[in-house]
Amino acid sequence: MTLSKQEWIDLEKKAAELRELCIETVNWAGSGHWGGSSSCADILTLLYYKYANFDPKNPTDPDRDRIVVSKGHVGIVLAPMFALLGLVKKEDLKTFNHTGSKLGIHLDSNKVVGLDSSTGSLGHGSSLGLGMALAGQILGKNYKTFVVLGDGECDEGSVWEAAMATAHFTKKKRGAGNLITIVDRNHNMIDGNTEDIMALEPFEDKWKAFGFETIVVNGHDIPALSDALEKAIAGGEKPYCIIADTVKGQGVSFSAGNYKWHYGALDEAKYNTAKADLAEYAKIRIARAEKEGK
Amino acid sequence: MAGGITFTAVESTKLAPAEIFGKTIAELGSSDPTIVCLSPDLATSTKMGDFLAKYPDRFFNVGIAEQNMIGIAAGMAKAGLKPFASCFSVFASLRALDQLHTDVCYQNVNVKIIATHGGTSFGQAGSTHHAIEDIGVVRTMVNLTVICPADGMETANAVRAAASTPGPFYIRINRGFDNVVYNSSDYGFEVGKAVEMVDGTDITLIACGSCVYQAMQAASILKFDHKLSARVLNMHTIKPIDREAVLKAVRETRKLVTIEDHTIVGGLGSAVAEVIVEGGKACLLRKLGIPDKWSPIGLHEDLLAHHEIDAEGIVKNVLEVMKQDIEKDEDWGDEV
Repeated sequence: MTLSKQEWIDLEKKAAELRELCIETVNWAGSGHWGGSSSCADILTLLYYKYANFDPKNPTDPDRDRIVVSKGHVGIVLAPMFALLGLVKKEDLKTFNHTGSKLGIHLDSNKVVGLDSSTGSLGHGSSLGLGMALAGQILGKNYKTFVVLGDGECDEGSVWEAAMATAHFTKKKRGAGNLITIVDRNHNMIDGNTEDIMALEPFEDKWKAFGFETIVVNGHDIPALSDALEKAIAGGEKPYCIIADTVKGQGVSFSAGNYKWHYGALDEAKYNTAKADLAEYAKIRIARAEKEGK
Repeated sequence: MAGGITFTAVESTKLAPAEIFGKTIAELGSSDPTIVCLSPDLATSTKMGDFLAKYPDRFFNVGIAEQNMIGIAAGMAKAGLKPFASCFSVFASLRALDQLHTDVCYQNVNVKIIATHGGTSFGQAGSTHHAIEDIGVVRTMVNLTVICPADGMETANAVRAAASTPGPFYIRINRGFDNVVYNSSDYGFEVGKAVEMVDGTDITLIACGSCVYQAMQAASILKFDHKLSARVLNMHTIKPIDREAVLKAVRETRKLVTIEDHTIVGGLGSAVAEVIVEGGKACLLRKLGIPDKWSPIGLHEDLLAHHEIDAEGIVKNVLEVMKQDIEKDEDWGDEV
């Protein structure tokens, strides 16, 4: 384990805070993409707080690491992330999805300072991230680019165009090795389980066949995910793809693993249940960190 | 001249617009280290060879993957580069439209698209490779400047303008050689400003791309054979369109013909019609281009003739338009 006990505990608290603010934002917005937001909350926590070289006080630093959240429909967790980083006013979260708000389902990089790309049409982020990675070498920068993909998103052919090119330009030493792909493998898409709607398996083999070094990891296990990220950041001959095995709607009893919670609205009872469940979920995870951390 | 580009008239007759693009971008690349070029297995067809030879580290062949190319270009622009991405117009505007829309235009990044093989200029390849809808499609994209240069000299000007102007550009050029319209690039090219090629008072011919040359030829025939004074406007910038030049033509000639190597749905003719209607003055407008049908295959010049967008076809249509009646007075009350 690369994380110290205190770091682990701190990151657990950050992840819990992010999920809590996300569910609040879903409540303010009236509805939202809670399922895929919760599933990637730990990934985002580790990237923004720990592994990406990203200083919220200098969010447009040309030397910063880039983070492209290709599954752009999770603005409802990204906006809280940026609020926690101090780049979005917490008050503005209360306007999420409201007419005229600068925050909506898919965030606009021209309105949210520090957001590296607008996304929304699925399957675009890998190309955008690859462009950033290739540009880094030309500009003499050594930054990393992290791309967070949804698993259902990998139905899009453009993901694989970019995957092929990422492996190719890594081999050609054009800077693509600085691109790290993380798939939020939450197993569900709008209409059901990925394997029922459009089977992705053998998913890891696909990435391997496209020329990637792969790491399959529990996407809600902070130390395991940390180890995977450290390995990917250290880099190698091939580009890295971390397949983060996650649970859609994680942390809330009625949404965990339920594809119907791709997008949904909370009534008062559900909101209260969600809050209580998240508090309990956080408690369990922090207790584990305290027990197992070193 | 910016970037030390010194094409002569002789060179411009020997070089296709795509080749002039290739030489221009190679020149610009020496003074602007942020310029990079991308190609989807078309470096040869889109004449990026000079740039590749001079700056191999700033050239990317992405294979046959136009969507990926435009996405990569947008990511590069986000990081501070100025990517020029070139492929066939039909694929730049249709295959990669989602990336053009969201990654490039929505984010308003500095990506320059050189869309080659415009209109029916790749005639024999058939409708899969004709780009007859691209202008209509891309001019609906917010933030995008759309230019259809008349020839090689104008291509050089458009490429230079794109390099020195922030924001996304779509520059549509043809496959192969175009008839030369300009002997020098020094004629006052300005994005968004039509160039009056021929002054005239009876009718205005508004053209873009290779149809500018055809319109000028038509104006000569109309002058000498039919005693008609036809104004010719080179509307090289489709978006933003030069409203002033269009409305001036309406006011002064009252009859207009648009000529484009593009479907008559949504392209230059439609853009001009929008300006006219909003201007509030009645006039006669005929849109020449490819009718709402798939074009036959054939040599480009044969297809221009087939679609009546060559000099002869334009003359024929102008003579018909001149026979049409139009209200002469300024009293519009009786027409409402």
